[in-house]
Amino acid sequence: MPEPMGFYTDTTVCIGCKACEVACKEWNQLPATNGGRNTLSGDSYDNTRRLDGIHWRHVKFVEQFNTDRSEGRWLMMSDVCKHCVRAGCLEVCPTGAIIRTEFDTVVIQSDVCNGCRDCIGACPFGVIDINPVSGTAQKCTLCYDRMRAGLEPACSKACPTDSINFGPIRELKQHAEARVEQLRSRGERGAYLYGADEKILGGLNSFYLLVDKPEVYGLPPDPKIPSRNLKPGSLWSVLGAVIVGVAGVLSLRGRRTDDA
Amino acid sequence: MPSTFFTEAPHWRWLIILYFFIGGLAGGCYFVASMLDLVGRPSDRPLARLGHLIAFPAVVVCGSLLIADLGRPERFWHMLLQSATWRPMLKTYSPMSAGAWGLLVFGGFSFLSFLGAFAGEPPRRGLALLRPPGLIGTLVSLLGGIAGFFLVSYTGVLLAVTNRPIWSDTTLLGAVFLVSSASTSIALLLLLGSRRGLIGGGLRALARFDRIVLVLELIALAALIASLGRLAGVWLNAWGALLLFGVVGIGIVVPLLLHARSHTPVSAAARAAAVLVLIGGFLLRVVIVLSSEVI
Repeated sequence: MPEPMGFYTDTTVCIGCKACEVACKEWNQLPATNGGRNTLSGDSYDNTRRLDGIHWRHVKFVEQFNTDRSEGRWLMMSDVCKHCVRAGCLEVCPTGAIIRTEFDTVVIQSDVCNGCRDCIGACPFGVIDINPVSGTAQKCTLCYDRMRAGLEPACSKACPTDSINFGPIRELKQHAEARVEQLRSRGERGAYLYGADEKILGGLNSFYLLVDKPEVYGLPPDPKIPSRNLKPGSLWSVLGAVIVGVAGVLSLRGRRTDDA
Repeated sequence: MPSTFFTEAPHWRWLIILYFFIGGLAGGCYFVASMLDLVGRPSDRPLARLGHLIAFPAVVVCGSLLIADLGRPERFWHMLLQSATWRPMLKTYSPMSAGAWGLLVFGGFSFLSFLGAFAGEPPRRGLALLRPPGLIGTLVSLLGGIAGFFLVSYTGVLLAVTNRPIWSDTTLLGAVFLVSSASTSIALLLLLGSRRGLIGGGLRALARFDRIVLVLELIALAALIASLGRLAGVWLNAWGALLLFGVVGIGIVVPLLLHARSHTPVSAAARAAAVLVLIGGFLLRVVIVLSSEVI
């Protein structure tokens, strides 16, 4: 079996060219416009705005400027499915459409999915949505078809600055840790890895090098697995059923004689 | 900002809200009817029959709503069978998977009881054996009642087992939906029972049950808000107002006051209370589903 594969995205070298978005759309034959509607955000160079069923890569433009715009910086981050080791979408999927592949990635089989949308709300990162063309939930497959053929995913292949790195997770982690050290030694004290260790959902097979808090990049600070609520939610329901059942038996049995 | 606010809404809207409401009535009418059959008196049987006559058609509507809501309705059976192998598809740790089977199992039991209800009296031969007091009828009612309790509460657990704001920030939604299903179902039985002239001890006992359940619902809702902690602040808007005035005020407090003033379950006040409980139960599901959907 192949070893776990994934992405390491170094946000410090992303230049916001969106080549990854275009390469992803081309390879995966995703529509360029949503049913002919090509709307502009109007407040940013980012017109993609979010990941969804027809946008499997999204370059985020984070603008940090002071009020008179004399100082500031751009943070750019090419966002994608995190291919979580403990994946919420995979857990809740009732049809078995969402699978873990031999590369330890998470893939939605579009011919199995029936569009129930449970995975959309279960994803801790808001990655998945319905593709209006297929009527099914879709997201990045980490180019499963290309990987099977020994090729690297379209986005990382197209990335001109090597912000998106593809490879075995073990090697990516070594590479990423060395880069954090390098940045810190050059004065970027805030550099750290998001999702490289097991603290976040057992590890993210698409992890990031960031230089600000996760929230700044639109990433959850403490993402959790949806099934954390399964046991307590079920137990409270059983308790409710017992109480309502007892109340019912008492009301129906404990009648006065004139109740017939 | 809490991590649940970084997620996307699953676009569960009016079809799902209707399903939660009608599913609550289907399961609730069934377990109340089963209780009437199992621990009630012979004079309660027409009222229990009414519950069984509601439950099965309601669950058929539920299935139709769920199928219509799918992105690919023709693949609804993928919930029950693996499309590649035709083997059963069940993930006990996925509330939607368990719920699909629960709906099927409940549909089966409610169909049996529906047939039993049609057969009429006495309950000693033919299809009438599908209702208590016989062994088969008792088993059907007991197991179907448990399936009914499952059907009305798994939807709340389903919402909790996501990463959405409000839904996954509490573990009490299953219990809240269960209690609300009981109150709306009793209200529906009181309303239809009194219209059909089923005057008797059964209705009075149900009215008493209704009062207890409404108080339980008030407690469950208070616990729900307490369990959200600071996050309950997201309801400081129109949704919160709807929850306070629509669900609690119109749906619980006013019906309790009307109950206190009416001496008989067939009075105009009692009927008005039943209608308000049904409206409150529907609004509860509207608030829970949509207040998270819009975030």
